[in-house]
Amino acid sequence: MDFSAVFRVALKALARNKLRTILTMLGIIIGVGAVICTVAIGEGASNAVQEQLRSLGDNMIFISAGSVNSHGVRMGSQATKTLTVEDAQAIGQIPFIKAVTPGVGTSVQVVYKDQNWYTSIRGNAPSYFEIREWPVVEGIPFSQRDVEAAANVCVLGQTIVENLFVDGENPIGKMIRIQNIPFRVIGVLARKGQSPWGHDEDDTIIAPYTTVQKKLAGISWIQYVMASATSVKTIPAAEQQIEALLRQRHHLRPNEDDDFIIRSTIDIANARAQSARILTLLLASIASVSLLVGGIGIMNIMLVSVTERTREIGVRMAVGATEDDVQMQFLSEAVVLSLLGGALGIVFGIFGSMLVSGMLHWPTLIPPQAIAIAVLFSAGVGVFFGYYPARKAARLDPIEALRYE
Amino acid sequence: MPEGLLQSQAGFVHRLAGSMPVIQVENLHKTYDLGEVQVHALRGISLEVYPGEFVAIMGASGSGKSTFMNLIGCLDRPTRGRYLLDGQDVSEFSKIELAHIRNRKIGFVFQGFNLLSRTSALENVELPMIYSGISHQDRIERAREALRSVGLEGREEHHPSQLSGGQQQRVAIARALVNHPSLVVADEPTGNLDSRTSVEIMDIFQRLNAEQNITVLLVTHEPDIARYAKRIVLFRDGKIRRDSVVEDRLDASQTLLDLPAVEDDDEEA
Ligand SMILES: Nc1ncnc2c1ncn2[C@@H]1O[C@H](COP(=O)(O)OP(=O)(O)O)[C@@H](O)[C@H]1O
Ligand SMILES: [Mg+2]
Repeated sequence: MDFSAVFRVALKALARNKLRTILTMLGIIIGVGAVICTVAIGEGASNAVQEQLRSLGDNMIFISAGSVNSHGVRMGSQATKTLTVEDAQAIGQIPFIKAVTPGVGTSVQVVYKDQNWYTSIRGNAPSYFEIREWPVVEGIPFSQRDVEAAANVCVLGQTIVENLFVDGENPIGKMIRIQNIPFRVIGVLARKGQSPWGHDEDDTIIAPYTTVQKKLAGISWIQYVMASATSVKTIPAAEQQIEALLRQRHHLRPNEDDDFIIRSTIDIANARAQSARILTLLLASIASVSLLVGGIGIMNIMLVSVTERTREIGVRMAVGATEDDVQMQFLSEAVVLSLLGGALGIVFGIFGSMLVSGMLHWPTLIPPQAIAIAVLFSAGVGVFFGYYPARKAARLDPIEALRYE
Repeated sequence: MPEGLLQSQAGFVHRLAGSMPVIQVENLHKTYDLGEVQVHALRGISLEVYPGEFVAIMGASGSGKSTFMNLIGCLDRPTRGRYLLDGQDVSEFSKIELAHIRNRKIGFVFQGFNLLSRTSALENVELPMIYSGISHQDRIERAREALRSVGLEGREEHHPSQLSGGQQQRVAIARALVNHPSLVVADEPTGNLDSRTSVEIMDIFQRLNAEQNITVLLVTHEPDIARYAKRIVLFRDGKIRRDSVVEDRLDASQTLLDLPAVEDDDEEA
């Protein structure tokens, strides 16, 4: 018998008992569907995160003031005053670091004409724009001289422009008031979009750190340092050197915790990868349990089917079916059953993930391998759980099978 | 006249004609081992059946008729003895070889019809050809032809539940014939049918036997039915008790003419 004939015979047998066929497939449908759906959400999310991580900056290392205590709770960076501009400059001397900027930030009210807007301002060095790969698209960035002079100049994010310059005025050269202090707008940043943590990156103002320190935050220390490593490969070494350097500069004894936290895009990516691994593991176990349950369902119904069709098996053997023919028939029925379940599961999964991305605005992505694996797995389930019933059918004695009531 | 002599005369005639027996059975034994007891269902059967013969096997219940038919039909293997089918010793054949023999050389007709339910008459008749690797196109053609030969033209798409008992048995006969077997083996084919329908089935067997020279071996416990055969073999306790030529043979088509015309849904359905 050729394969398509076997397949057709199996389909026909299953079509005879549609309700039972569908109920039997339910386990596989739900299993495969759930897996496809969650893989789609997971892949979509991690794809979005990858994209956003890339947008964070050029091999970025982020050093913030503060500490992780033994319970993992981070103290606010406001509470730690030990990080200084000199620390940032020292970090800049490390061979694996190609650029560095001190950073301070605070919340401010900004006013232009009759528009006003609450936002955050960040004080940085001009190297900030390179480290974050965030170009100024209109006007110019501030200079080192502006930093030394603590000049009242600033660069605006797109969201700020949209909210202050409502009638499409060109912001370059305009004076705005930040906490009632006049600042000259000298540049506008490119649109950046959302950060990996979901906040609007464009809702910010960048100014010389000296200006923010003295005139807005009123502090002499800094809250963070952003550095750019020479390459992805040097990030871990650079992180180690920064830690050693800062511990030394802050005179920390070996038994004392760091009073700073170092994170890099790699660390963030690793953390994401770690949680993705856990999610994958979870999914895999859900998948295997539901496929197992589905498989047992198939085995159960195939055993029932073999018993019900004992006479049919006897007839087939009487007219010349060999054991292999009978085994093939029932095995292919089981495989068709599970494949059909798998296919429906894939359809439901795709449909479900579309629903999720439509309703919750989550990005979803279905990798083709996931579909291939779902198909392979459901076929495997059919073969594995169909084998015993098929074997049982093939081993029937034709005379007894024909006599079976 | 002693029946043994008649039998040997029949064999003698065939041997003279130079033909080889379809069935040649020598000292066939079948013992069912039930652990504590052994049931000797067949205790030394020897029989020759030549092409074109129409043999009725009779005997009391439990005399070993079905056991014998299962062996002749290659559904089972003898405990002892030799069985040559078309000159081929099949007593030592493997299961796969027996399946192929059943497929190509044997046509079965059962008491309970044994059609696949919810499957059209045509597909039921196609079944043996599926296992002989015949193409879909040829299968359909040959199945139609076989159904026509048993008078079921136009019923190809009917399912067994839509057919009368007699029609179902005719589908089964078409299925038995479709692979052009050397031998048709029928175990009480009229056991579930009323008397008129039984005669109709015997009419089909007689015509197949006369027109196509198909060898028919059928079990029946009804003496009336046995008289449509050419030869009667009587079993008792697993042995052949008597083997005789039917001298006052009945012609089923004639019987049907003589029977009062009844409302026959076979023809009207
Ligand atoms: N599968 C079997 N297992 C045990 N005994 C059997 C089996 N088949 C038949 N027999 C026994 O063999 C004897 C002959 O049975 P069978 O050939 O069916 O007789 P018949 O068809 O003439 O009525 C009976 O005694 C029956 O009980
Ligand atoms: Mg019997």
